[in-house]
Amino acid sequence: MQTAKEIISFQDVAKNYRGGNDAVENINITINEGEFVCLIGTSGSGKTTTMRMINRMIEPSRGKIIFKGKNLKTFDPVKLRRTIGYVIQNNGLMPHMTIKDNITLVPKLLKWSQDKMDRKATELIKLADLPESYLERYPAELSGGQQQRIGVVRALAADQDIILMDEPFGALDPITRDDLQDLVKHLQEELGKTIIFVTHDMDEALKLATHIVIMDSGHIIQDDTPDNILQHPASDFVKELLGEERLLQAQQNTLSVSDIMSKNPAKITLGQSLAEAIREMSLKHVDTLLVTDDNNKLKGFIDLETINDRYSKYSNVSDIYQPNRFKVKTTSYLRDTSERILKQGYKYVPVIDNDNNLIGIVTRASLVNIIYDAIWGSEELDNPEGIKLPDSIAKESDNA
Amino acid sequence: MITFLNQHGSELIIKTWEQIYISAFAIILGIIVAVPLGILLTRYDKTAKYVMSITGMLQTIPSLALLALMIPIFGIGKVPAIVALFIYSLLPILRNTYIGMKKVNKNLLDAARGLGMTTMQSIFKVEIPMSMPIIMSGIRLSTVYVISWSTLASYIGAGGLGDFIFNGLNLYNPSLIIGGTIPVTILAILADYLLGIFEKKVTPKTKRSEV
Ligand SMILES: Nc1ncnc2c1ncn2[C@@H]1O[C@H](COP(=O)(O)OP(=O)(O)O)[C@@H](O)[C@H]1O
Ligand SMILES: [Mg+2]
Repeated sequence: MQTAKEIISFQDVAKNYRGGNDAVENINITINEGEFVCLIGTSGSGKTTTMRMINRMIEPSRGKIIFKGKNLKTFDPVKLRRTIGYVIQNNGLMPHMTIKDNITLVPKLLKWSQDKMDRKATELIKLADLPESYLERYPAELSGGQQQRIGVVRALAADQDIILMDEPFGALDPITRDDLQDLVKHLQEELGKTIIFVTHDMDEALKLATHIVIMDSGHIIQDDTPDNILQHPASDFVKELLGEERLLQAQQNTLSVSDIMSKNPAKITLGQSLAEAIREMSLKHVDTLLVTDDNNKLKGFIDLETINDRYSKYSNVSDIYQPNRFKVKTTSYLRDTSERILKQGYKYVPVIDNDNNLIGIVTRASLVNIIYDAIWGSEELDNPEGIKLPDSIAKESDNA
Repeated sequence: MITFLNQHGSELIIKTWEQIYISAFAIILGIIVAVPLGILLTRYDKTAKYVMSITGMLQTIPSLALLALMIPIFGIGKVPAIVALFIYSLLPILRNTYIGMKKVNKNLLDAARGLGMTTMQSIFKVEIPMSMPIIMSGIRLSTVYVISWSTLASYIGAGGLGDFIFNGLNLYNPSLIIGGTIPVTILAILADYLLGIFEKKVTPKTKRSEV
């Protein structure tokens, strides 16, 4: 994606329908080859208007659009549209044409040979994952989901490399929608198609897009990767669109260990005695101490059980400490760490920096709140204290 | 019945033929003018309103009056009759064509345009096929009207089965009246039936085993 070629770019584009206010304004978007761009926003925010300017179904009132290196205006609209796939919500299949004729509609306009069209139809019905016998059927003889599969593959019939889709799955039930989302993702990922996709469903956008353009009343509010939008929503509008639950989840996914670790773990140095170790344990109400050398390099740990067993024979920490089986760097993602703690039963994990200096600890207890918030966070009733990340965790882990 | 046929048999055939000739001429002219005009009007919504109300007004002129109005312009005979009937055939065909085209699902038009059809391709490959049933029902309606009104054409010397009826009325001869009316009715029913078959032929299938 980083090295990808620019294929469409909007430059200060505005559209003014006769007599009205600007439907869209200051539109600047750059779309690279192979991207999956989702235009998302509330109804009337200008998504369709923006999308339809790409195949010249709507002409900009101001500004210009560069398409494959040339001003879009230099392309003949009809010829242009035959090179750009087009999928709309209610599939737009011609009821009086068989599935085969529907699929090969554009190739026919381009006067392909019958033989070539037949081969294309067979190829695409397979891509749509429908039996070949369906080619002879009429659209009315297919289910809504099957019709839209045809609607999607029809957009590739003339080997179009760009596909415009305007809320294509809005009318489908969730399971069918999921299947079709997989299909269009496949087109982008495996077949390298560039897809411009209008939706008002944030889940859909986050699932599919490599690049999300958020629109509100004719303006672009934010234009970025899904991750960046989740991490840095540009405004309250975006936050609202994302929803609290998704923001929390995103936070967990990208919180690093240092965000939630306790910075003063109970510890003891190699040179100290076991008596000192026990005193430290009782003082901090813990049964385990991390062991470091005099330079604060992590060496291992020592626990109450071992001390109890061997107290009669040994007197120094250095005699009976054990090395740590598992430790993490400060920069590690919390999601990986939490999985190891929870699944493998560690009670805690020491946190070190790149030079093996002990700088903190993540305990099982400190994970509880994070998990709690991720799972139940949206249900305010179950969360009477209004626990928020990351403050609550910092508090909790400082007590650990 | 037998005696009527013996007496007027050959005349009946000639008059029936005249009736068919006048009606068919008027209808075909009507189709040739009204269908393209109706299609054209779908591209000019504002003009469409005026044209529709003008043809609507023409329709309300009593048929006898319209026929009489033709005389100063075209004289008497078949030409004024055909012109008058043609005017009557216009409205149902025009209106149905216009409505039929307008009722085509906007999604289909959007898809047709978005996939790269020219306006003409959209009209001929999508809009006309999709509106065929409505256009055809306008044509059938017009045909039945025109066949029955064409009996009035005899009033201005155009001939046809109306000659029997008007003679019958003048001579108080019920058998002439009936002898003229029955063939007109049969003609109208037959024409409607044949057009029904034609309609099925030109209406595109939307299911495999239909028709
Ligand atoms: N043909 C049109 N004439 C006048 N206004 C229009 C037309 N199409 C869209 N609009 C207006 O432009 C704005 C953006 O519309 P649209 O791009 O369809 O929004 P979206 O697809 O995000 O719902 C809306 O306010 C809408 O009412
Ligand atoms: Mg829209």
